[in-house]
Amino acid sequence: MSGTTLEVLDLTVTFATERGPLRVLDGISFGLPTGRTVALVGESGCGKSVASLAVMGLLPPSAAVTGTIGLEGREIAELPPEERRKLRGAELAMIFQEPMTSLNPAFTAGDQVAEALRLHQGLDRGTAMRAAVAMLEAVRIPEAARRARQYPHQLSGGMRQRVMIAMALACRPRVLIADEPTTALDVTVQAQILSLLDELRGGTGTAVLLITHDLGIVADHADEVVVMYAGRVAERGPVARVLSTPQHPYTVGLLGAAPRLDGPRGTRLATVEGTVPDLADPPEGCRFKTRCPFRIAICDTKPPLYDVGAGHRAACHRAPLEQILEAA
Amino acid sequence: MSATTASAVPRAGSPGRRALQRFLKHRLAVLGLAVVLLFVLAAVLAPLIAPYDPIATSWSRIRRPPSELYWFGTDENGRDVFSRVIWGARASLMAGALSVTAALLLGVPFGLLAGLAGGWVDTIISRITDAMLSVPFLILAIALAAFLGPALENAMLAIAISASPIFVRLARGMAMEAKTTEWVEAARSLGNPPWRIALLHVLPNIVPPLLVQATLSIAEAIIAEASLSFLGLGQQPPNPSWGSMLNAAQRFLTQAPWMAIYPGLAIFLVVLAFNLLGDGLRDALDPRARGR
Repeated sequence: MSGTTLEVLDLTVTFATERGPLRVLDGISFGLPTGRTVALVGESGCGKSVASLAVMGLLPPSAAVTGTIGLEGREIAELPPEERRKLRGAELAMIFQEPMTSLNPAFTAGDQVAEALRLHQGLDRGTAMRAAVAMLEAVRIPEAARRARQYPHQLSGGMRQRVMIAMALACRPRVLIADEPTTALDVTVQAQILSLLDELRGGTGTAVLLITHDLGIVADHADEVVVMYAGRVAERGPVARVLSTPQHPYTVGLLGAAPRLDGPRGTRLATVEGTVPDLADPPEGCRFKTRCPFRIAICDTKPPLYDVGAGHRAACHRAPLEQILEAA
Repeated sequence: MSATTASAVPRAGSPGRRALQRFLKHRLAVLGLAVVLLFVLAAVLAPLIAPYDPIATSWSRIRRPPSELYWFGTDENGRDVFSRVIWGARASLMAGALSVTAALLLGVPFGLLAGLAGGWVDTIISRITDAMLSVPFLILAIALAAFLGPALENAMLAIAISASPIFVRLARGMAMEAKTTEWVEAARSLGNPPWRIALLHVLPNIVPPLLVQATLSIAEAIIAEASLSFLGLGQQPPNPSWGSMLNAAQRFLTQAPWMAIYPGLAIFLVVLAFNLLGDGLRDALDPRARGR
């Protein structure tokens, strides 16, 4: 159970806009180890969702995609649209942020789970429906047979997200992309859904790309983390290392901005000063330099992903940051 | 007639069942449905109900006023007006239902295509639609019917073509709205090909507004058929049609007003009934539009 299921190399996405080309993703690379969860974190607009849609092949035609996307050793970025479509739902699946709106209101839960099976495995209606009910049981929906006949409006938010997961995992995909799957749910339901994902992933060897901005979720549910900033990878590595010894000032800032129960009472949460750069006119060199407290002259050149040991890499000229942080 | 009744017994809690419950609370709409069904029944059972042959003329009973023998009187050729009104329901309802069905079959696919494909496909389809909608419905139908030649089939075709742009526009708008929803994105992420997204995912969700519009369009199509027949472009004599009956009646308005009153009343009632039905369906199928 080792190896890499999905390998993204130098992925660049450019949108043609009225103001000229907008490079939303600028050469990002990351891998999804088989049966593991990799978290993709960063603030709104950093390109997390674009990266996931690029992997799925769901970007609009106005987006130009370059770079390679390797699925189990097979290059899929250049495949014709029809071939890409056949991968979706079968090998690559996705669940969305908003369970209230991501189910078709005109069909029952069972129909929607069965659809993936009918589409990719050519099952007939009856067989697909029985498999769908089994799938709904697998995602711990009580009275699955009855729930399968219900419409989305009759289900709670957590229940709908379980149906979404059942839809996505029905064909046992190799890769599951979960785009903020719990943001819209209650905290207790959130934990249940994430544990369910962990469990299903363990059973099927599916690699999960978990998109989130909740560092608590990253710490509890991910094996590796990729921190993105303004369309680039700022830092990536094993979760324990990145969260304990961040090597990019942006990650340091993010961690400082996360609320903690064990910190002293009454302290204000730190913020990352400044705003995200305009991607139509990004700064030269390091994109974080406009907000970085550790900026020096060399930051005007683009930083490579420096290897800081044990699979941990950071796109900061000043990494490792320990001495600087201690001095500060 | 409507999806609520067509899909046998909708499952409990299904959108159809809930809509049916709302519809039944709407008294005028139920009345409209009853009148529509009455006319449909009359049209279907015309040979059994009509007391006389609607075409047979008789010189011995010209322009008789309504009586026990001839409920709605007789016309200038001695034909029974009641029998002709009954048989005329066939022409009117057929023209209404068939032409609107054809308009749906013509308009909805183009609307879905324009809304989902976007780009130049949308531009071309939308501009043609705009051009057709810029001409008043009846004028366009008359022009097309005159071009195709006087016959009921041609009148229906003309009405179908004239009625289709409204469905293109409606389907396009709804499809564009649906395209941005997460459930369409989710359907795409499951590997649905574009035609499945259009027909299996988007179409079922836009049926309610299409159904409402279709019901209202049937009322318009019936008026259009009557108008074309009145002008001699629809049903050809001696076959009965409410429009051509009105045309014949105008020469005898003072001597034999019953010749005009009954076909006119039939048109009025059936059009009113379809409008009431359409309003009721709108309230039942689109909860957002309620309480206006």
